Amino acid sequence: MKFLCVDCDEQMPLEERREPGDGTFAASFRCPRCDRSVVMLANPAETRLVGALGVKIGGRELDAAPMELVRGNIVGRTDAFTEAERRSGRPVWTADAEGRLARVPNFVHGMVKKIYTEYAVEHDITEITPEVMDQARSELGLEGM
Amino acid sequence: MKFRTYFDVDGVDRSGLASQVAAQHDRVHQRLGTVRRVVAIMSGKGGVGKSYCTAGIATAAAHGDRAVGVLDADLRSPTVARLLDARGPLAVDADGVRPATGIGGVRVMSSEFLLDTGRPLAWQEPEGHAFVWRGTLEAGALREFLADVVWGELDLLLIDLPPGADGVADLRTLVPDLSGIVAITIPSDESERSVSRAMRAAHEAGIPLLGVIENMSGVRCAGCDHIGPLFTGNAGKALAAEFGIPLLAQIPFDPASPDTPALWRQVLQLLLREPA
Repeated sequence: MKFLCVDCDEQMPLEERREPGDGTFAASFRCPRCDRSVVMLANPAETRLVGALGVKIGGRELDAAPMELVRGNIVGRTDAFTEAERRSGRPVWTADAEGRLARVPNFVHGMVKKIYTEYAVEHDITEITPEVMDQARSELGLEGM
Repeated sequence: MKFRTYFDVDGVDRSGLASQVAAQHDRVHQRLGTVRRVVAIMSGKGGVGKSYCTAGIATAAAHGDRAVGVLDADLRSPTVARLLDARGPLAVDADGVRPATGIGGVRVMSSEFLLDTGRPLAWQEPEGHAFVWRGTLEAGALREFLADVVWGELDLLLIDLPPGADGVADLRTLVPDLSGIVAITIPSDESERSVSRAMRAAHEAGIPLLGVIENMSGVRCAGCDHIGPLFTGNAGKALAAEFGIPLLAQIPFDPASPDTPALWRQVLQLLLREPA
Protein backbone atom coordinates (compact mmCIF):
# COMPACT_ATOMS: atom_id res chain seq x y z
CA MET A 1 0.00 0.00 0.00
CA LYS A 2 1.39 3.42 -1.00
CA PHE A 3 -0.07 6.91 -0.64
CA LEU A 4 0.59 9.54 -3.30
CA CYS A 5 0.19 13.31 -3.00
CA VAL A 6 -1.39 14.05 -6.36
CA ASP A 7 -0.56 17.76 -6.35
CA CYS A 8 3.14 17.14 -5.72
CA ASP A 9 3.30 13.72 -7.43
CA GLU A 10 5.23 12.61 -4.35
CA GLN A 11 4.86 9.45 -2.26
CA MET A 12 3.60 10.18 1.26
CA PRO A 13 5.43 8.13 3.89
CA LEU A 14 3.66 6.53 6.84
CA GLU A 15 3.87 8.92 9.78
CA GLU A 16 1.89 7.33 12.57
CA ARG A 17 -0.48 4.45 13.20
CA ARG A 18 -3.11 4.11 15.90
CA GLU A 19 -5.33 1.33 17.18
CA PRO A 20 -7.81 3.09 19.46
CA GLY A 21 -9.09 -0.19 20.90
CA ASP A 22 -12.55 -0.10 19.30
CA GLY A 23 -11.62 -2.50 16.51
CA THR A 24 -10.69 0.25 14.08
CA PHE A 25 -7.32 1.31 12.75
CA ALA A 26 -5.89 4.69 11.74
CA ALA A 27 -2.72 5.51 9.83
CA SER A 28 -1.47 8.98 8.88
CA PHE A 29 0.71 9.83 5.90
CA ARG A 30 2.41 13.19 5.17
CA CYS A 31 3.70 14.64 1.93
CA PRO A 32 7.39 15.52 2.39
CA ARG A 33 7.10 18.36 -0.14
CA CYS A 34 3.91 20.26 0.70
CA ASP A 35 3.43 18.91 4.26
CA ARG A 36 -0.19 17.95 3.55
CA SER A 37 -1.29 14.95 5.57
CA VAL A 38 -4.03 12.38 5.14
CA VAL A 39 -5.34 9.82 7.57
CA MET A 40 -6.62 6.43 6.50
CA LEU A 41 -9.45 5.27 8.77
CA ALA A 42 -10.27 1.56 8.53
CA ASN A 43 -13.56 0.20 9.87
CA PRO A 44 -13.63 -2.90 12.13
CA ALA A 45 -14.26 -5.34 9.27
CA GLU A 46 -11.36 -3.95 7.23
CA THR A 47 -9.11 -3.92 10.27
CA ARG A 48 -10.12 -7.49 11.08
CA LEU A 49 -9.39 -8.65 7.54
CA VAL A 50 -5.82 -7.34 7.71
CA GLY A 51 -5.44 -8.72 11.24
CA ALA A 52 -6.61 -12.13 10.01
CA LEU A 53 -3.52 -12.24 7.81
CA GLY A 54 -1.37 -12.18 10.94
CA VAL A 55 0.41 -9.01 9.80
CA LYS A 56 0.84 -5.50 11.19
CA ILE A 57 0.42 -2.48 8.94
CA GLY A 58 3.69 -0.56 8.94
CA GLY A 59 5.68 -3.64 9.91
CA ARG A 60 6.37 -5.54 13.10
CA GLU A 61 8.43 -4.27 16.01
CA LEU A 62 8.53 -7.73 17.61
CA ASP A 63 8.65 -11.16 15.99
CA ALA A 64 5.34 -13.03 16.08
CA ALA A 65 4.92 -15.26 19.14
CA PRO A 66 4.29 -18.96 18.47
CA MET A 67 0.76 -19.44 17.16
CA GLU A 68 -0.01 -15.81 17.91
CA LEU A 69 -2.91 -15.58 15.46
CA VAL A 70 -4.70 -18.66 16.76
CA ARG A 71 -4.06 -17.98 20.42
CA GLY A 72 -5.18 -14.40 20.12
CA ASN A 73 -8.37 -15.10 18.22
CA ILE A 74 -9.86 -18.49 18.98
CA VAL A 75 -12.69 -18.82 21.48
CA GLY A 76 -11.87 -21.95 23.39
CA ARG A 77 -10.06 -23.51 26.30
CA THR A 78 -8.16 -21.15 28.56
CA ASP A 79 -5.79 -23.96 29.53
CA ALA A 80 -4.99 -25.16 26.01
CA PHE A 81 -1.38 -23.97 26.22
CA THR A 82 1.17 -24.12 29.00
CA GLU A 83 4.44 -22.31 29.07
CA ALA A 84 7.02 -25.10 28.86
CA GLU A 85 9.35 -23.64 31.45
CA ARG A 86 6.51 -23.70 33.97
CA ARG A 87 5.11 -27.06 33.00
CA SER A 88 7.55 -29.10 35.05
CA GLY A 89 6.86 -26.96 38.10
CA ARG A 90 3.11 -26.98 37.70
CA PRO A 91 1.31 -27.21 41.04
CA VAL A 92 -0.71 -30.31 41.80
CA TRP A 93 -4.39 -30.03 42.77
CA THR A 94 -5.45 -32.09 45.76
CA ALA A 95 -8.72 -34.02 45.53
CA ASP A 96 -10.39 -31.64 48.00
CA ALA A 97 -9.31 -28.62 45.98
CA GLU A 98 -10.50 -30.26 42.75
CA GLY A 99 -13.83 -30.93 44.48
CA ARG A 100 -14.23 -27.31 45.39
CA LEU A 101 -13.23 -26.22 41.90
CA ALA A 102 -15.89 -28.55 40.47
CA ARG A 103 -18.56 -26.43 42.16
CA VAL A 104 -17.55 -23.40 40.10
CA PRO A 105 -19.94 -22.79 37.16
CA ASN A 106 -18.74 -24.48 33.97
CA PHE A 107 -18.39 -21.36 31.87
CA VAL A 108 -15.77 -19.84 34.20
CA HIS A 109 -14.16 -23.10 35.30
CA GLY A 110 -11.08 -22.80 33.10
CA MET A 111 -10.50 -19.17 33.97
CA VAL A 112 -10.81 -19.77 37.72
CA LYS A 113 -8.48 -22.77 37.57
CA LYS A 114 -5.95 -20.66 35.69
CA ILE A 115 -6.12 -17.88 38.30
CA TYR A 116 -5.45 -20.28 41.18
CA THR A 117 -2.71 -22.07 39.24
CA GLU A 118 -0.94 -18.82 38.39
CA TYR A 119 -1.23 -17.70 42.00
CA ALA A 120 0.40 -20.94 43.15
CA VAL A 121 3.20 -20.66 40.58
CA GLU A 122 3.91 -17.05 41.55
CA HIS A 123 4.09 -18.03 45.23
CA ASP A 124 6.15 -21.20 44.63
CA ILE A 125 3.30 -23.32 45.96
CA THR A 126 3.58 -26.88 44.67
CA GLU A 127 0.23 -28.19 45.92
CA ILE A 128 -3.12 -26.42 45.66
CA THR A 129 -5.32 -27.24 48.65
CA PRO A 130 -8.61 -25.65 49.82
CA GLU A 131 -6.48 -23.58 52.23
CA VAL A 132 -4.37 -22.25 49.35
CA MET A 133 -7.58 -21.41 47.52
CA ASP A 134 -8.85 -19.49 50.56
CA GLN A 135 -5.54 -17.65 50.80
CA ALA A 136 -5.60 -16.72 47.10
CA ARG A 137 -9.24 -15.72 47.28
CA SER A 138 -8.55 -13.42 50.16
CA GLU A 139 -5.43 -11.87 48.63
CA LEU A 140 -6.85 -11.50 45.13
CA GLY A 141 -10.37 -10.51 46.15
CA LEU A 142 -12.01 -13.49 44.47
CA GLU A 143 -15.07 -13.82 46.67
CA GLY A 144 -17.44 -16.43 45.27
CA MET A 145 -14.74 -18.45 43.51
CA MET B 1 -7.24 13.93 -12.58
CA LYS B 2 -3.93 12.47 -13.61
CA PHE B 3 -1.89 10.40 -11.16
CA ARG B 4 0.55 7.53 -11.07
CA THR B 5 -0.45 4.04 -9.90
CA TYR B 6 1.25 1.54 -7.54
CA PHE B 7 4.02 0.22 -9.77
CA ASP B 8 4.71 3.66 -11.21
CA VAL B 9 5.71 4.90 -7.75
CA ASP B 10 9.24 3.69 -7.01
CA GLY B 11 9.22 4.33 -3.27
CA VAL B 12 9.24 1.56 -0.67
CA ASP B 13 5.88 0.09 0.35
CA ARG B 14 6.05 0.85 4.06
CA SER B 15 2.90 -1.06 4.92
CA GLY B 16 5.23 -4.07 5.11
CA LEU B 17 2.36 -6.45 4.33
CA ALA B 18 3.99 -8.24 1.40
CA SER B 19 7.28 -8.75 3.24
CA GLN B 20 5.47 -10.06 6.33
CA VAL B 21 3.46 -12.54 4.28
CA ALA B 22 6.69 -13.66 2.58
CA ALA B 23 8.31 -14.10 6.01
CA GLN B 24 5.38 -16.25 7.12
CA HIS B 25 5.86 -18.53 4.13
CA ASP B 26 9.61 -18.71 4.80
CA ARG B 27 8.83 -19.84 8.33
CA VAL B 28 6.66 -22.70 7.04
CA HIS B 29 9.43 -23.70 4.65
CA GLN B 30 12.05 -23.66 7.43
CA ARG B 31 9.89 -25.65 9.81
CA LEU B 32 9.17 -28.34 7.26
CA GLY B 33 12.85 -28.56 6.33
CA THR B 34 13.18 -31.48 8.75
CA VAL B 35 10.19 -33.36 7.32
CA ARG B 36 10.93 -35.92 4.62
CA ARG B 37 7.48 -36.18 3.07
CA VAL B 38 4.29 -34.18 3.50
CA VAL B 39 1.16 -36.00 2.34
CA ALA B 40 -2.37 -34.63 2.49
CA ILE B 41 -5.39 -36.87 3.00
CA MET B 42 -8.34 -35.50 1.07
CA SER B 43 -11.88 -36.29 0.06
CA GLY B 44 -14.60 -34.50 -1.82
CA LYS B 45 -17.19 -35.21 0.85
CA GLY B 46 -17.53 -35.76 4.57
CA GLY B 47 -18.18 -39.06 6.26
CA VAL B 48 -15.91 -41.24 4.14
CA GLY B 49 -13.40 -41.84 6.93
CA LYS B 50 -10.53 -39.48 6.12
CA SER B 51 -9.51 -39.17 9.74
CA TYR B 52 -9.84 -42.91 10.29
CA CYS B 53 -7.54 -43.55 7.31
CA THR B 54 -5.10 -40.85 8.49
CA ALA B 55 -4.96 -42.45 11.92
CA GLY B 56 -4.50 -45.93 10.37
CA ILE B 57 -1.53 -44.83 8.24
CA ALA B 58 0.01 -42.87 11.13
CA THR B 59 -0.31 -45.81 13.50
CA ALA B 60 1.29 -48.15 10.95
CA ALA B 61 4.17 -45.69 10.57
CA ALA B 62 4.67 -45.33 14.31
CA HIS B 63 4.62 -49.10 14.82
CA GLY B 64 7.17 -49.40 12.02
CA ASP B 65 9.56 -47.13 13.92
CA ARG B 66 8.92 -44.21 11.62
CA ALA B 67 8.73 -40.69 12.98
CA VAL B 68 5.30 -39.45 11.95
CA GLY B 69 3.22 -36.34 12.57
CA VAL B 70 -0.45 -35.65 11.95
CA LEU B 71 -1.80 -32.17 11.36
CA ASP B 72 -5.57 -32.00 11.64
CA ALA B 73 -6.53 -29.32 9.14
CA ASP B 74 -10.23 -29.95 9.70
CA LEU B 75 -10.53 -27.06 12.13
CA ARG B 76 -14.33 -27.20 12.34
CA SER B 77 -14.72 -30.91 12.92
CA PRO B 78 -11.49 -32.23 14.41
CA THR B 79 -11.51 -35.98 15.06
CA VAL B 80 -8.11 -37.46 14.33
CA ALA B 81 -6.53 -36.46 17.66
CA ARG B 82 -9.09 -38.53 19.54
CA LEU B 83 -8.54 -41.49 17.21
CA LEU B 84 -4.83 -41.31 18.01
CA ASP B 85 -5.47 -40.79 21.73
CA ALA B 86 -3.55 -37.50 21.73
CA ARG B 87 -4.45 -34.88 24.32
CA GLY B 88 -3.47 -31.38 25.37
CA PRO B 89 -2.45 -29.11 26.91
CA LEU B 90 0.24 -28.04 24.48
CA ALA B 91 3.54 -26.77 25.82
CA VAL B 92 4.89 -23.54 24.35
CA ASP B 93 8.49 -22.41 24.41
CA ALA B 94 10.60 -19.95 22.46
CA ASP B 95 10.91 -22.38 19.55
CA GLY B 96 7.19 -22.93 19.15
CA VAL B 97 4.33 -25.15 20.24
CA ARG B 98 5.16 -28.76 21.14
CA PRO B 99 2.76 -31.20 19.46
CA ALA B 100 0.73 -33.60 21.58
CA THR B 101 1.83 -37.21 21.53
CA GLY B 102 -0.54 -39.98 20.50
CA ILE B 103 -0.45 -43.75 19.95
CA GLY B 104 3.07 -44.98 19.25
CA GLY B 105 4.53 -41.50 19.67
CA VAL B 106 2.66 -39.91 16.74
CA ARG B 107 3.04 -36.11 16.99
CA VAL B 108 -0.35 -34.44 16.65
CA MET B 109 -1.65 -30.90 16.22
CA SER B 110 -5.38 -30.29 16.13
CA SER B 111 -7.95 -27.63 16.98
CA GLU B 112 -9.39 -30.37 19.22
CA PHE B 113 -6.84 -29.30 21.84
CA LEU B 114 -7.97 -25.68 21.68
CA LEU B 115 -11.75 -25.98 21.81
CA ASP B 116 -13.92 -26.59 24.84
CA THR B 117 -15.52 -30.03 24.75
CA GLY B 118 -18.57 -30.05 22.51
CA ARG B 119 -18.18 -26.40 21.46
CA PRO B 120 -17.91 -25.42 17.78
CA LEU B 121 -15.00 -23.51 16.32
CA ALA B 122 -15.47 -19.80 17.04
CA TRP B 123 -13.31 -16.72 16.76
CA GLN B 124 -13.24 -13.45 18.64
CA GLU B 125 -15.09 -11.24 16.23
CA PRO B 126 -16.81 -7.92 15.83
CA GLU B 127 -20.52 -8.14 15.07
CA GLY B 128 -21.32 -8.95 11.45
CA HIS B 129 -19.17 -9.20 8.34
CA ALA B 130 -17.43 -12.32 9.66
CA PHE B 131 -17.58 -13.82 6.16
CA VAL B 132 -15.10 -11.12 5.09
CA TRP B 133 -12.25 -12.38 7.21
CA ARG B 134 -13.10 -15.83 8.59
CA GLY B 135 -11.65 -17.77 5.65
CA THR B 136 -8.45 -15.74 5.86
CA LEU B 137 -8.17 -16.40 9.57
CA GLU B 138 -8.67 -20.14 9.10
CA ALA B 139 -6.00 -20.23 6.39
CA GLY B 140 -3.77 -18.38 8.87
CA ALA B 141 -4.50 -21.02 11.50
CA LEU B 142 -3.40 -23.75 9.09
CA ARG B 143 -0.22 -21.78 8.40
CA GLU B 144 0.51 -21.52 12.12
CA PHE B 145 -0.16 -25.24 12.61
CA LEU B 146 2.52 -25.88 9.99
CA ALA B 147 5.03 -23.19 10.93
CA ASP B 148 4.75 -22.81 14.69
CA VAL B 149 4.55 -26.44 15.78
CA VAL B 150 7.90 -28.00 16.63
CA TRP B 151 7.50 -31.01 14.35
CA GLY B 152 11.17 -31.99 14.51
CA GLU B 153 12.63 -34.72 12.29
CA LEU B 154 9.79 -36.61 10.62
CA ASP B 155 9.69 -39.33 8.00
CA LEU B 156 6.12 -38.40 7.22
CA LEU B 157 3.72 -35.56 8.04
CA LEU B 158 0.10 -36.39 7.25
CA ILE B 159 -2.35 -33.52 6.82
CA ASP B 160 -5.97 -34.47 7.39
CA LEU B 161 -7.83 -31.97 5.19
CA PRO B 162 -11.44 -30.87 5.70
CA PRO B 163 -14.03 -32.23 3.23
CA GLY B 164 -14.08 -30.60 -0.21
CA ALA B 165 -11.46 -29.03 -2.40
CA ASP B 166 -11.14 -25.63 -0.70
CA GLY B 167 -8.29 -26.56 1.61
CA VAL B 168 -6.24 -27.98 -1.23
CA ALA B 169 -5.41 -24.62 -2.82
CA ASP B 170 -4.49 -23.07 0.55
CA LEU B 171 -2.23 -26.00 1.30
CA ARG B 172 -0.54 -25.81 -2.08
CA THR B 173 0.26 -22.14 -1.47
CA LEU B 174 1.68 -22.86 1.96
CA VAL B 175 3.54 -26.05 1.07
CA PRO B 176 4.83 -25.83 -2.50
CA ASP B 177 6.89 -28.99 -1.90
CA LEU B 178 3.85 -31.05 -0.92
CA SER B 179 4.68 -34.66 -1.78
CA GLY B 180 1.14 -35.33 -2.85
CA ILE B 181 -2.41 -36.19 -1.99
CA VAL B 182 -4.18 -39.42 -1.13
CA ALA B 183 -7.89 -39.37 -1.92
CA ILE B 184 -10.34 -41.25 0.26
CA THR B 185 -13.65 -42.47 -1.08
CA ILE B 186 -16.36 -44.94 -0.24
CA PRO B 187 -17.61 -47.25 -3.02
CA SER B 188 -20.77 -45.30 -3.91
CA ASP B 189 -21.33 -43.45 -7.18
CA GLU B 190 -22.15 -40.24 -5.26
CA SER B 191 -18.80 -40.39 -3.51
CA GLU B 192 -17.05 -41.09 -6.82
CA ARG B 193 -18.46 -37.93 -8.40
CA SER B 194 -17.69 -35.78 -5.39
CA VAL B 195 -14.16 -37.10 -4.86
CA SER B 196 -13.45 -36.84 -8.58
CA ARG B 197 -14.19 -33.10 -8.47
CA ALA B 198 -11.84 -32.61 -5.52
CA MET B 199 -9.12 -34.68 -7.21
CA ARG B 200 -9.53 -32.63 -10.38
CA ALA B 201 -9.01 -29.46 -8.34
CA ALA B 202 -5.85 -30.90 -6.81
CA HIS B 203 -4.58 -32.03 -10.21
CA GLU B 204 -5.24 -28.60 -11.73
CA ALA B 205 -3.37 -27.02 -8.82
CA GLY B 206 -0.37 -29.13 -9.84
CA ILE B 207 -0.44 -31.38 -6.77
CA PRO B 208 0.68 -34.99 -7.37
CA LEU B 209 -2.09 -37.53 -6.80
CA LEU B 210 -0.47 -40.46 -5.01
CA GLY B 211 -3.40 -42.84 -4.96
CA VAL B 212 -6.90 -43.67 -3.81
CA ILE B 213 -8.08 -45.55 -0.75
CA GLU B 214 -11.56 -47.03 -0.87
CA ASN B 215 -12.86 -47.09 2.68
CA MET B 216 -15.90 -49.04 3.92
CA SER B 217 -15.23 -51.35 1.01
CA GLY B 218 -17.60 -54.11 2.08
CA VAL B 219 -18.55 -55.44 5.48
CA ARG B 220 -17.45 -58.70 7.07
CA CYS B 221 -20.16 -61.11 8.22
CA ALA B 222 -19.59 -61.97 11.86
CA GLY B 223 -20.92 -65.48 11.27
CA CYS B 224 -19.17 -66.75 8.15
CA ASP B 225 -16.36 -64.16 7.73
CA HIS B 226 -17.51 -63.43 4.17
CA ILE B 227 -17.04 -59.83 3.06
CA GLY B 228 -20.18 -58.58 1.34
CA PRO B 229 -20.98 -55.16 -0.15
CA LEU B 230 -21.92 -52.27 2.14
CA PHE B 231 -22.55 -49.80 -0.70
CA THR B 232 -23.26 -50.29 -4.36
CA GLY B 233 -20.59 -48.87 -6.63
CA ASN B 234 -16.94 -49.24 -7.46
CA ALA B 235 -15.58 -45.74 -6.79
CA GLY B 236 -12.04 -46.73 -5.76
CA LYS B 237 -11.22 -48.58 -8.97
CA ALA B 238 -13.06 -46.03 -11.12
CA LEU B 239 -11.17 -43.06 -9.65
CA ALA B 240 -7.83 -44.84 -9.89
CA ALA B 241 -8.52 -45.55 -13.57
CA GLU B 242 -9.80 -42.03 -14.27
CA PHE B 243 -6.65 -40.37 -12.91
CA GLY B 244 -4.17 -43.12 -13.79
CA ILE B 245 -3.06 -43.63 -10.19
CA PRO B 246 -2.92 -46.70 -7.93
CA LEU B 247 -5.77 -47.95 -5.80
CA LEU B 248 -3.70 -48.10 -2.61
CA ALA B 249 -6.11 -50.22 -0.56
CA GLN B 250 -9.70 -51.29 -0.11
CA ILE B 251 -10.47 -51.15 3.60
CA PRO B 252 -13.49 -53.19 4.79
CA PHE B 253 -15.88 -51.73 7.34
CA ASP B 254 -14.37 -53.72 10.17
CA PRO B 255 -11.95 -51.74 12.29
CA ALA B 256 -11.13 -54.81 14.38
CA SER B 257 -10.19 -56.94 11.40
CA PRO B 258 -6.77 -58.59 11.82
CA ASP B 259 -6.10 -57.82 8.15
CA THR B 260 -6.45 -54.04 8.44
CA PRO B 261 -3.00 -53.23 9.95
CA ALA B 262 -1.35 -55.03 7.02
CA LEU B 263 -3.36 -52.88 4.60
CA TRP B 264 -2.17 -49.69 6.34
CA ARG B 265 1.42 -50.93 6.20
CA GLN B 266 0.99 -51.55 2.48
CA VAL B 267 -0.32 -47.98 1.99
CA LEU B 268 2.52 -46.59 4.06
CA GLN B 269 5.17 -48.34 1.97
CA LEU B 270 3.74 -46.79 -1.16
CA LEU B 271 3.60 -43.32 0.40
CA LEU B 272 7.20 -43.47 1.64
CA ARG B 273 8.51 -44.63 -1.71
CA GLU B 274 10.53 -41.89 -3.32
CA PRO B 275 9.16 -40.76 -6.70
CA ALA B 276 10.86 -42.31 -9.71
